[in-house]
Amino acid sequence: MRLELGYIHITDIRFGDASKVEDGVLYVNAEEVEALVLRDERITSVKVDMARPGESVRITPVKDVIEPRVKVEGPGGMFPGVISPVDTVGSGKTHVLKGAAVVTTGTIVGFQEGILDMSGVGADYTPFSKTNNLVLVIIPRKGLGSHEHEHAVREAGLKTAVYLGELARELTPDSTEVFETLPLTEGVKQFPDLPRVGYVQMLQSQGLLHDTYVYGVDAKRILPTLMSPTEVMDGAIISGNCVSACDKNPTYVHQNNPIVHDLFARHGKDLNFAAMIITNENVYLADKIRSSDWTSNLCAFLSLDGVIISEEGFGNPDTDLMMNCRKITDKGIKTVVITDEYAGQDGASQSLADAHESADALVTGGNANQVVTLPRMDKIIGSEEYVGIIAGGWDQNKHEDGTITVEIQAITGATSEVGFAHLSAR
Amino acid sequence: MSKKRVVHYINQFFAQIGGEEMAHVKPEYREGPLGPGLAFGPAFGDHAEIVGTVICGDSYFNENMEEAKAELLKMIKAAKPDLFIAGPAFNAGRYGVACGAISEAVKNELGIPVLTGMYEENPGADMFKSAVYIVSTRNSAVGMRDAVKKMSALALKMLKDEPIGASSEDHYIPQGIRVNLFEKDRGSKRAVDMLLKKLKDQPYVTEYPMPAFDRVDPQPAVKDIRSAKIALVTSGGIVPKGNPDHIESSSATKYGRYDLEGVNYLSKNRYATAHGGYDPSYANEDPDRVVPVDMMREFEKEEKIGSLYRYFFSTVGNGTAVKNAKAFAEEFSKELIEENVQAVILTST
Repeated sequence: MRLELGYIHITDIRFGDASKVEDGVLYVNAEEVEALVLRDERITSVKVDMARPGESVRITPVKDVIEPRVKVEGPGGMFPGVISPVDTVGSGKTHVLKGAAVVTTGTIVGFQEGILDMSGVGADYTPFSKTNNLVLVIIPRKGLGSHEHEHAVREAGLKTAVYLGELARELTPDSTEVFETLPLTEGVKQFPDLPRVGYVQMLQSQGLLHDTYVYGVDAKRILPTLMSPTEVMDGAIISGNCVSACDKNPTYVHQNNPIVHDLFARHGKDLNFAAMIITNENVYLADKIRSSDWTSNLCAFLSLDGVIISEEGFGNPDTDLMMNCRKITDKGIKTVVITDEYAGQDGASQSLADAHESADALVTGGNANQVVTLPRMDKIIGSEEYVGIIAGGWDQNKHEDGTITVEIQAITGATSEVGFAHLSAR
Repeated sequence: MSKKRVVHYINQFFAQIGGEEMAHVKPEYREGPLGPGLAFGPAFGDHAEIVGTVICGDSYFNENMEEAKAELLKMIKAAKPDLFIAGPAFNAGRYGVACGAISEAVKNELGIPVLTGMYEENPGADMFKSAVYIVSTRNSAVGMRDAVKKMSALALKMLKDEPIGASSEDHYIPQGIRVNLFEKDRGSKRAVDMLLKKLKDQPYVTEYPMPAFDRVDPQPAVKDIRSAKIALVTSGGIVPKGNPDHIESSSATKYGRYDLEGVNYLSKNRYATAHGGYDPSYANEDPDRVVPVDMMREFEKEEKIGSLYRYFFSTVGNGTAVKNAKAFAEEFSKELIEENVQAVILTST
């Protein structure tokens, strides 16, 4: 499968009479976005706002972050099975508004929603302080249940990203990149001397509000399966997730999966990026056993020499991570795992809820319990009302001078377990 | 600005007094730098200088540790140092222990920053790595230049009151405490690089060595469950509505103790979960699903158990440090033992 990504570099975002991209500036007609979001009768009101890198702005509680993209050639459309009809994506040509993002916020759905600061120390911990963000502050209909609330907000974000992505359809990209994987036997012939490397992505699927969707299918209900890595670039995987803000993968991170990109960067040089396998992190032991059996069997069927395994979330899924690592290693395949840590605020406790000696090559996204004090911001998009109850906050953590003390657990994307961030620990 | 004052500790060998045959020499003080101390001068520049060197034989120190420490402390204190350096000891075992012990003593007694350096397998490293910063060196004096470079850099950071980074940044032996740092490469690239090394059987360094896990052996079965007093303890976060103890939704620092007198089941109007790590809908719909008071009352009535203990204990097991969880249990277990509770049902989420 061959996909060309065409990047249109966005350096600023502004309101405008007509939505368009001009000289790297993304202009947005707020009324059109509002009308689009309010088509969902579960949503009572939406406020469209903007946040740019370096501004004294805090967005909270953040639910999802999405990158605007559009398919310009090849089958299918963005977010297949969810926004576009089901069709296999990942080939042809896709345009990307690089440097722009849609961020959803509003009243809280679950405890595990994030803080996104555009400047100050908090900005160092989130990748989305570097993007020009269109923010949707979404208020649901009164009495709407939390699952429906999450669903409505998720769709509003995706629809808005598609709306913005459409603006790039006729544009000429500033730069392009091509990604290609060949069918199994052809791939072996293409690089016979390079190690065959796979990527096992564990998708958060612990239950309602802790879900991920693959072509619209709840990942709880999948068996581990194969994908072309380019499919994720067209939105085949989306987040429906309320796990802790620091280590869930927002949709943006699925679209830009850094392991996929960094394996492609070495493809044909030091390694042969043969396959991407997705698996889940269900809470039942039988599911954990079945999925890790299946995943390790797939790795063996594909004659892989090495595998990178990424986790999503922490605690319970540490068990899935260790099961996958142990079983894949037992097949004679070399593994590297990526996780993050919960070593306590003092860093003195053990970092994981489960461990196995086979996990002897581990990359960490850092200790999520590390405490940081975030400065007062001139402008709050959303509400600071929840910073004491979200995961990583505590009662009375907001101070009189407007500063907020939290664990970095509360910061969107701080300890990414697909290695999207630079944070680590020793 | 005047230079900061540093006092340096070395053994008889590096003081050029002699080898093993002179290891019995007692502590002595000499003005200025000596031996390896001379190498620190250029690195310290205008910021600091070694004003004095304390020397002690390795045998004397290890065989008379308390006296040796007391004598040395007196000499060190008199030199009014802003910082204390010992070694580097490389892989010399008794010298390493001496460096660690005197550094720890100076830190505790004089309250000034201290550091030493040695090879990671030096017995002194294991004994003192969590007490003082020990720069990781090679196993012999061939690594002197590199050791001095790293030790002087860390010393200057301490003298300037700059925050000490993670062990990999400031080259000290990990202290058993996880410290965050920003790496040059993002995590995914580090993972790909690590995998390529592993595939080629080249050495690589994992970012988190697997811990030795505490495994708790199950207790012997309760002999007579029909007369046993049983308590309910949960990490599932069930608390009276409104969360009166403000137990955190994640990384809990406290637990609650709640009275079950006259409570036959946990009503959704009076109890809810404070846990932020799972979908609370089903727990909140019927909190008995997490803390099964309803079933326990039934069993009491049917005389399947002796009784349900009057209080249940609850915390949030979500990103909560093992250290905290252990401390909670150690505290409330005392009450459970005093009250002759014979068994506990631990529920999670």
